[in-house]
Amino acid sequence: MILHQFIDYETLRIIWWLLLGVLLIGFAVTDGFDLGAATLLPFVAKTDLERRVVINSIGPTWEGNQVWLILGGGAIFAAWPPLYAVSFSGFYLAMFAILFALILRPVGFKYRSKREDSTWRNAWDWALFVGGAVPALIFGVAVGNVLLGVPFHFNSDLRIFYDGTTLFELLNPFALLCGLVSVAMLVMHGAAWIVLKTEGPVADRARAYGSLAALATIALFIIGGIALWIGVDGYHITSTVNPAGPSNPLSKTVVRASGAWFDNYGSYPLTILAPLLGLTGAGLAYVFMVARREIATLLATSLSIAGIIVTVGFAIFPFILPSSIDPNSSLTVWDSSSSHLTLFIMLVVTVIFIPLIVAYTTWVYHVMWGKVDEKAIRDDTGHAY
Amino acid sequence: MELDIVALSRLQFAVTALYHFLFVPLTLGLSIIVAIMETVYVMTGRHIWRQMTKFWGTLFGINFVLGVATGLVMEFQFGMNWSYYSHYVGDIFGAPLAIEGLMAFFLEATFVGLFFFGWDRMSRVGHLIATWCVAAGSNLSALWILIANGWMQNPVGSAFNPQTMRMEVTDFFEVLFNPVAQAKFVHTVSAGYVTASVFVLGVSAWYLYNHRNVALAKRSMTVAASFGLASALSVVVLGDESGYLSTEHQKMKLAAIEAMWKTEPAPAAFTLFGFPDQKTRETHFAVKVPWVMGLIGTRSLTTEIPGIEDLVNRAKDRIRQGISAYDAVQQIRAASDAAAVPQAARDALEKNGNDLGYALLLKRYVDDPRKATDAQIEQAAWDTVPGVLPLFWSFRIMVGLGFFFIALMATFFYLSARRKLDHYPWLLRLAVFAIPLPWIAAEFGWVVAEFGRQPWIIEGILPTAAAVSSLGATTVLLTLLGFIALYTVLFIIEMGLMIRSVRAGPQPDDEPEAILVPPSLAPAE
Repeated sequence: MILHQFIDYETLRIIWWLLLGVLLIGFAVTDGFDLGAATLLPFVAKTDLERRVVINSIGPTWEGNQVWLILGGGAIFAAWPPLYAVSFSGFYLAMFAILFALILRPVGFKYRSKREDSTWRNAWDWALFVGGAVPALIFGVAVGNVLLGVPFHFNSDLRIFYDGTTLFELLNPFALLCGLVSVAMLVMHGAAWIVLKTEGPVADRARAYGSLAALATIALFIIGGIALWIGVDGYHITSTVNPAGPSNPLSKTVVRASGAWFDNYGSYPLTILAPLLGLTGAGLAYVFMVARREIATLLATSLSIAGIIVTVGFAIFPFILPSSIDPNSSLTVWDSSSSHLTLFIMLVVTVIFIPLIVAYTTWVYHVMWGKVDEKAIRDDTGHAY
Repeated sequence: MELDIVALSRLQFAVTALYHFLFVPLTLGLSIIVAIMETVYVMTGRHIWRQMTKFWGTLFGINFVLGVATGLVMEFQFGMNWSYYSHYVGDIFGAPLAIEGLMAFFLEATFVGLFFFGWDRMSRVGHLIATWCVAAGSNLSALWILIANGWMQNPVGSAFNPQTMRMEVTDFFEVLFNPVAQAKFVHTVSAGYVTASVFVLGVSAWYLYNHRNVALAKRSMTVAASFGLASALSVVVLGDESGYLSTEHQKMKLAAIEAMWKTEPAPAAFTLFGFPDQKTRETHFAVKVPWVMGLIGTRSLTTEIPGIEDLVNRAKDRIRQGISAYDAVQQIRAASDAAAVPQAARDALEKNGNDLGYALLLKRYVDDPRKATDAQIEQAAWDTVPGVLPLFWSFRIMVGLGFFFIALMATFFYLSARRKLDHYPWLLRLAVFAIPLPWIAAEFGWVVAEFGRQPWIIEGILPTAAAVSSLGATTVLLTLLGFIALYTVLFIIEMGLMIRSVRAGPQPDDEPEAILVPPSLAPAE
């Protein structure tokens, strides 16, 4: 096979770095409103019927949305194997907590309404809350720890070792702040979805929580930025790197440097658009929510999420996962990808399938468009959850 | 087995994979059976078939969510517990996993929502297409995960790169069209179809035995028996295909399954029964059938099948060649740049690179394989023998059940064709009691395939013991217990809901039916 030589290794790495962003945004925008809605479930919906309305608002589509997460896992494995290896084993207990919470979610959706018993249903409602809130928090905490650097290093066989990454060390103040940004942004997004799909008191409560969450997103994101500027050292590559070199994270030298996470914003001023998008998106979401512009609200929350995720990506580029105890072991775009051939093959497959997926997903949303019908749930028709 | 990190990680993987595989086979088969039923509904317009589609669809849904929920764990567990594995082979192994997400999971998960929620929002044909997309998605996911697994059994199309210290893909089409993967795919999906057929047959038999939902039960049994008979034949025939392939690629697995301690003159005998003893290297109370093993394994009367002792001797040679490859890799990595690499090292890696993994077997005993003693090499060579007794019996139980399913399906196929499904109550009872059996066969099948590959995680490339994450044993013990607790609770809930739904039976279908088929041509009730 020689076809892959048409796109050089460096370009492929950049493309896959962008695709990593697309996947994260795809997950946060689609499954994000499921997580947010599940987090809001006990608060916006009081009666059993109201809760079923909220659950059914995400019922037909959450399963497809969740595949963004699974695909994220698979694509990171395929395109960035060292990232897959280091991050999921380094965040072992955090990952376990996420998986534990996420397992509750499908089961909760499907099994909750299979029995009339109110204790049964209440228990599943709280399981769904955990299934939404815990992953939302931990994903943010993980991003916070990426910004701080993760305590891992490689030996010469590229075996990975960790020093004291207990779950509690991951829950440090800065990471928790990032976790709160994530919760606020996904709750804002989930609220926008509930408002779009429901009517009456549920929609009103969602609007109230959603506008609060939009303001909280703005405030926490700004505080996070300041904390990053004042309290968190960035990382900086000090040796020359060959962007088309073999993927060996040990072939460079790296130092910690105060303010290094803001270097890219200084060198490429246009990148400042990302944090601005995060902020204006959330601001517009507040305005639209108050003005009852439902579709516009959902667009605004989606843009805000995209802006916030891209902000982190721009800040740490070319790093993907810095190491706090041995900065030279840090993973960067230039030394932790798959081989040239694998990146090329995966790009071809992705270019074929992502448009198809977007097309049929759009069709399914189109078929399921409209407010959730309370009457249908009461009459138990249409296989409602 | 002492509780070290390797044993715990293996145990956790086995628990989560075997548990996940309780739901997958039923999803694979039931999605197709439901799609067949809905196709009949769309073609004939008869409401009974819609009722069947919805009823079996409800059971499908209860099963499906747990497959999805437990599948999440599988997607991330390689990175969590097997980080050196993920680094070492991610360049090859990750691709089919990602393609599985792109091609299969999205399809199945996106359309499953329409299957349950879309009945009143779409045309009949539109809904039917959604149902078939779910079935296609499930089955495609099996294809990709077995391409990944097939590569673990028979690692083709790849080479070791000393600069990145990992395996990298050299020919993706070889990975795709890996014969082991193809045989495994057909074998596994057929097993799924058998599982679903036995399930549908058993539940329907219970209705028929109790004179409930007779029309639905008889039609369901006809679908299950026809689909099940074809699948049961396919499982055994293509199971044989993978046995044949393992003589090419996994001779040790075959020798262990058959407890063939020594090479026998061709054609070898098949041991029907016995108690293999790993310490004394002999099989007690062996009952042998002459010639059969040679015929199954090689499809000839003259080709020898190597026994365990001969294979261990071959492993010893490969370990020695592996040490030379390991030495070459160290020299290449020590060189300041490509030009400084001694030509001898390049040649040695070229010549013995395929045996590099055998040197890694020594890592259990000595840090630097080059310093291994003869005794350690001997020990490592004997490590290549998997546990013979569990393999021997897992395989025999699986195959025995496989033949039973053929007989069961053939019987009911005959009864269905002769319109005698309700004539023999004892056969209906048998069908009910057969419900758990396909799961037992499937779980033992997993044991044969995966336990039989030990001590390798990638056959001949990377030992399982070298592949784990450097986590604390207590950490893994904690998550293992967490998974067991959660999975046990979910299993009890799932079984409870399944039994409730079966007892409740199908939803009544009250809509007046358009008569499309004249009563004289309609099938008898």
